[in-house]
Amino acid sequence: MTIEPIVQGRGIVKRYGHVTAINHSDFDLYPGEVLAVIGDNGAGKSSIVKAICGAVQADEGEIKIEGKPVHFTSPLQAREMGIEIVYQQLALSPALSIADNMFAGRELRKPGVMGSVFRQLDKKAMEKFARDKLTELGLMTVQSINQAVETLSGGQRQGVAVARAAAFAKKFIIMDEPTAALGVKESRRVLELIQDVRSKGIPIILISHNMPHVFEVADRVHIHRLGKRHAVVDPAKISMSEAVAIMTGAMEPPPVEEQQLVPKAAA
Amino acid sequence: MSESASKGQDYESSLSAATHQVAEFEKREGFVYKLQHGLHTNPALVPLIVLVLSIVVFGVLLGSKFFSPFALTLILQQVQIVGIVAAAQSLVILTAGIDLSVGAIMVMSSVVMGQFTFRYGIPPGIAVVCGLAVGTGIGAINGLLVTRMKLPPFIVTLGMWQIVLAANFLYSANETIRSQEISEKAPILQFFGSVIQIGSARLTYGIIFMLLLFAVLTYALTQTAWGRHVYAVGDDKEAAELSGMEANKVLVSVYALSGLICAFAGWALIGRIGSVSPTSGQLANIESITAVVIGGISLFGGRGSVLGSLFGALIVGVFTLGLRLLGADAQWTYLLIGVLIIAAVSVDQWIRKVST
Repeated sequence: MTIEPIVQGRGIVKRYGHVTAINHSDFDLYPGEVLAVIGDNGAGKSSIVKAICGAVQADEGEIKIEGKPVHFTSPLQAREMGIEIVYQQLALSPALSIADNMFAGRELRKPGVMGSVFRQLDKKAMEKFARDKLTELGLMTVQSINQAVETLSGGQRQGVAVARAAAFAKKFIIMDEPTAALGVKESRRVLELIQDVRSKGIPIILISHNMPHVFEVADRVHIHRLGKRHAVVDPAKISMSEAVAIMTGAMEPPPVEEQQLVPKAAA
Repeated sequence: MSESASKGQDYESSLSAATHQVAEFEKREGFVYKLQHGLHTNPALVPLIVLVLSIVVFGVLLGSKFFSPFALTLILQQVQIVGIVAAAQSLVILTAGIDLSVGAIMVMSSVVMGQFTFRYGIPPGIAVVCGLAVGTGIGAINGLLVTRMKLPPFIVTLGMWQIVLAANFLYSANETIRSQEISEKAPILQFFGSVIQIGSARLTYGIIFMLLLFAVLTYALTQTAWGRHVYAVGDDKEAAELSGMEANKVLVSVYALSGLICAFAGWALIGRIGSVSPTSGQLANIESITAVVIGGISLFGGRGSVLGSLFGALIVGVFTLGLRLLGADAQWTYLLIGVLIIAAVSVDQWIRKVST
C-alpha cells in the first residue's frame, strides 16, 4: 500500500535575478511524520519551504497538497487551507495578550447582533480556547491568558507560537528554526512540543541548523544542497557527522535505494 | 518529559536533575511597581489624573469663576475641534505613523462643503456628503502612499499638508463665506454649532459629537478585531503580517478614517466659527499631536488609549482657560504645555520599561 504524500513538490525552481535559489528541487512530506530540512547557509532550505507556503512563488515546477495542485500567492492562502507556520522571529505582537495573539487574523465574534452588526469580539470564548490549547500542550505556567506576550520568556513565547500553530493546523506545520534563539531547557520544551504535536497526527516540516535537535525528533532528514534535494536519509542509519558531510559536499550521499525517500511505514 | 529527555543528547543528561520550575514570574511588590504596572495596563490613567488635578487646582484658585457649568462647558466648546482632530491623530499614531495633514484636510473639507453649496448651488446636505468624501479620499491617498509606495508617514503627510492647504487656497480663492449667509441659506452647515442650554451649561452638538466619537472609537479599538489589528500593526507591522493580519488594509483604513474624522471636524468647525474660512484651523495638526502625546499615546505606536487623547485635549483646554482667568500671560500656557509634553513622553518611556 502506498501512502499519499501531504506535500509533493516536483522540479521546483526559484530564481532571484541571476541567483537560482531553488534548482529543480523535489520535496515530499508524508502524513504523521516530522521531516527535518537541513542544509548549509544559502542552500535554499528556507526558499523551498517559502515556495511551499506561498511566501514566494516558484518560477517553475509543481506543488501538490494532498494530491491537488496549489498555487499560493500569499501565506494567508496557505493558512486558509490549514497550513500553519512558526517563524523564527515568532510573529507575535508584543503588546497584545496571549489570547489576542493566538487569534490574530481569525478572531471570533460574539453570536447574534453584537457580533454581526457591532463586530464585537467574543473575548471569553477566545480566552477559553487559548487556555485549553496551552493546557493541552502543558504550557499553562503563565499567570494569565490576558498577559501581554512581551512579559513572557523566550521559551514561553515560542510555546504560544507552537500552540497557535497546533491549534489551527489541519494539514501540517512548518517550523523555521524554532529553537535557534532558546536556551537548553527552553529548547527541550519546544522539542517536547514538537513530539506532542506529532502524536496528535499533524505532520511537521522542521527547518533547523541544530543537528542534535534534528536527529532527536525527525523521522526523515531532507538534506538540501545547492538548491536541490541532495538526499533524504533516515536519522537512525546515519550519524550526525555523516549528515553534515553530505550537506557540505564532503561526502557523497548514500545510493538512492538506501535513502529514505518515503517513510518506512509507506514503503 | 523523562522519556523524551532520555532520547536527548548527552549534554542534556543533567537536565533530568534540573529543577522542574519553569520560568516563573518574579513577584515584584511595592507601590511604585504596582503603579507602573497599572499604568501599563491603563495608559489613559496618567492624563486622567492630571486632568482631575488641574481642574481641582484651578477650581481652588478661581472658585466659582472656574468651577461653574458655564466655564466648564466653555472649555468643552473650545476643545471640541482639537478633540475631534486628536481622535483622528490618535488612530494614525497608534499605527506608529503621524498625520501632519489633519488640519489641512479639515479646512479643505469645510471649504468644499461651503463652496459646493454657494458656488454650484448643490443642496447643502449633498455638499456636506461631498466634503466628507473629499476628506476620506485624501486620507485614503495618504494610506495608499504609505503602504504601496512604502514612504514614511511623516513625509507623505508633510507633503499632503502643503498640497491640500495650497489646493484649499487656490480653490476657495481665499474667499470666506460669511456666517449670516450660511445661516440663511444652508443652516445644516452650522449643524454642529446648535446649542443645548441646560441652566448655564452650554453644550453644542459639536461637543456631543466629539464625546460620541471617542466612545465609538474606544469600542472599536478594544472590542473589535479591527481595533486589535490597529494595535498589532503599530506594535510590530512585520509580526502582524506574519501572524496573518492584512497590515496594509488596516493602515489604509486608518488613514481613510482619519480623513473622514477630519472632514467631520471641518463640518464642526463651520458650526464653531459660523463662517467657512480657508485660513482657519492652521494649528490643528500641532495641537492634535500635543493632545495625543499628553494623552499618553506612544509615538512609537501600538500603545495607549484613544480616551487619553480626549483627556489630553481637555488638559490643554483647562490650562488655557484657567490661566487666562487668572490673568496670566498667554505664554505661560504654552510654557506649561511644553513641560507637560516632555513629562508625558518621559512617563511613556518609564511605563515601557515594565516590559523588559
